[in-house]
Amino acid sequence: MKQPMKQMQLPDERGHFGVFGGKYVIETLMPALKELEQVFASAQNDPSFQKDLKYYLRQYVGRPTPLYFAGNLTRQLGGAKIYLKREDLNHTGAHKINNTIGSALLALRMNKKRVIAETGAGQHGVATATAAALFGLECDVFMGEKDIQRQALNVFRMKLLGANVIPVSSGTRTLKDATSEAIRNWITTVETTHYIIGSVVGPHPYPMMVREFQKIIGEEVTGQIMDIEKRMPDVCVACVGGGSNAMGLFYPFIEHEETRLIGVEAAGLGIETGKHGASLSEGKAGVLHGMMSNLLYDEDGQIKEAHSVSAGLDYPGVGAEHSHLNETGRAQYVPVTDEEALEGFKLLSRAEGIIPALESAHAIAYVSKLAPEMKKDEIIVICLSGRGDKDVNQVAEIMGVPL
Amino acid sequence: MSRIENCFQKLRKKNQKALVAFITAGDPDLSATQKIFSVIEKNGADIIELGVPFSDPLADGPVIQAASQRALESGTTLKKIIRLVGEIRKTSELPIVLMTSYNPVFAYGQKLFVDDALKAGVDGVIIPDLPPEEAGEFDAHAKKQGLDMIHLLAPTSTEDRIRLIANASRGFIYYVSLTGTTGVKSEVSGNLEAKVQSIKRVAKLPVLVGFGISGPDQAKKAAVVSDGVIVGSAIVRLIEQNGNPADLEAKVGDFVASVKQAISSSG
Repeated sequence: MKQPMKQMQLPDERGHFGVFGGKYVIETLMPALKELEQVFASAQNDPSFQKDLKYYLRQYVGRPTPLYFAGNLTRQLGGAKIYLKREDLNHTGAHKINNTIGSALLALRMNKKRVIAETGAGQHGVATATAAALFGLECDVFMGEKDIQRQALNVFRMKLLGANVIPVSSGTRTLKDATSEAIRNWITTVETTHYIIGSVVGPHPYPMMVREFQKIIGEEVTGQIMDIEKRMPDVCVACVGGGSNAMGLFYPFIEHEETRLIGVEAAGLGIETGKHGASLSEGKAGVLHGMMSNLLYDEDGQIKEAHSVSAGLDYPGVGAEHSHLNETGRAQYVPVTDEEALEGFKLLSRAEGIIPALESAHAIAYVSKLAPEMKKDEIIVICLSGRGDKDVNQVAEIMGVPL
Repeated sequence: MSRIENCFQKLRKKNQKALVAFITAGDPDLSATQKIFSVIEKNGADIIELGVPFSDPLADGPVIQAASQRALESGTTLKKIIRLVGEIRKTSELPIVLMTSYNPVFAYGQKLFVDDALKAGVDGVIIPDLPPEEAGEFDAHAKKQGLDMIHLLAPTSTEDRIRLIANASRGFIYYVSLTGTTGVKSEVSGNLEAKVQSIKRVAKLPVLVGFGISGPDQAKKAAVVSDGVIVGSAIVRLIEQNGNPADLEAKVGDFVASVKQAISSSG
């Protein structure tokens, strides 16, 4: 009998994580995906590529990011010790740049002079525009009109960096439609363009490739926590939209079974209202954007509109590997509402002087419930995936504060 | 013999090329689709492709995206489309192919979909985002039951993929003539002939050319080097522009007839 593959070795050669993942795309893109697989594999084994990547991550992005003991928050919640993996301190203010630097280097390797990206909150768009500026690539970023409104600051940042921001007016005018439009553009320009997907989603090899570029988060944490605490954490927590920061944190811990892995999904206005982005808690297997994963859709297979206060979690699907980790039970996924996330946003700002991104505030909010139930010598690591400057206008509006 | 096979055999005997006409089912509603179907049939289409509307049609350009949206707004579902095919089958023997994104089929239940579609009189299915690599389970059942699975080839397809898809397809092979989404384009791509030839070297099935065929002239150029053409967005745009049913039927009818005539003289 065939042994089931070990979780760390997934995906299989066809890009499957169990039943999830795969390559559900039009023929036009299949050869490009094959090329990308080969180029990525050769880059992984090429010391000079790895050296370049390491150089830019260190000297340009500012890695390694600190693992900060949140003493005030720990005392305030009165339970487990809370550490923050400070991805918000990366250049451009979020973890997204770990992937875009690697992906832009791949574009150079493939001799493609143009990159495209989709963006929700704008963090991935900014990170792609930044890498494009650094490496002299032409850059078009697709963004839903609704997100352009709520993330005006990031739109301007992308333009300053020399990228074109292309408004997407189809469908729900959010991340889902920006992704669809980016894929359509890629179908048309695939011979000259590299598509830099912002999360562990899309057709193989993207979920694997983005994880490989993001796993540095978890790898640094394992070393840092051993230095400080001389042991592994009891719980790792991260927010999950597509799930790239979560996958980056979780991956090195998958085989370390004593560490619980918890992904926090957007419950929006509440799971019971149907207005949420909780594809793992509430969705079922389906196919969108080139992969099979948990997805929110109706009985006719039409994709439902997701809802979240945070543009980065406002997505009806989730990374294929998360679907697999959910199914095997290796990771758990819990929903947190908009309202709770806003509380988390304020909580961390006051307690530690760190304004988190609304996405990351979902993880903070969940930990504010979890930590008090844990023992004082237990350890939680939260991936603070991004900083909240981009959300300040939106939060002020929600709080009714005129700026 | 299947309706699709039969259709190509007849065309070959008459030394003619195939015209496949695409419309989005349910655009603007399903009763209109039934009427447009018979207009298209009367005006010489050899196969009709019914598009299943999807919320996120990745392979489609703006014209068919908008049609999808109109069809969804009129309450069109895959179930209702299959029922419509059953209705059409009472009076028509024209081969019918459904073109759909995978998720509606997956949500329907793959086997149930194959069984229901066949029972209603569907002859083939095109699922652009279900390449042979992922189609195993679906295709095993479709093949057993006799539903043709028509795969796409593209300008970017490599030799080994041409072989893979030539082997996996049944009914005909759909050659996507441009690197892009569906839509009306002004030119037929330059190396069309060479590419179709390279497919025909390994494929026994008819090779039809679609994506971006805007009218009679382009259809003729494409038909000369292939076994026929697929025209979609150009018809869908006529449907979009003509709200009045009588105008619509006249314009769509004339257009289909003009394309048929153009390719009939392409030998």
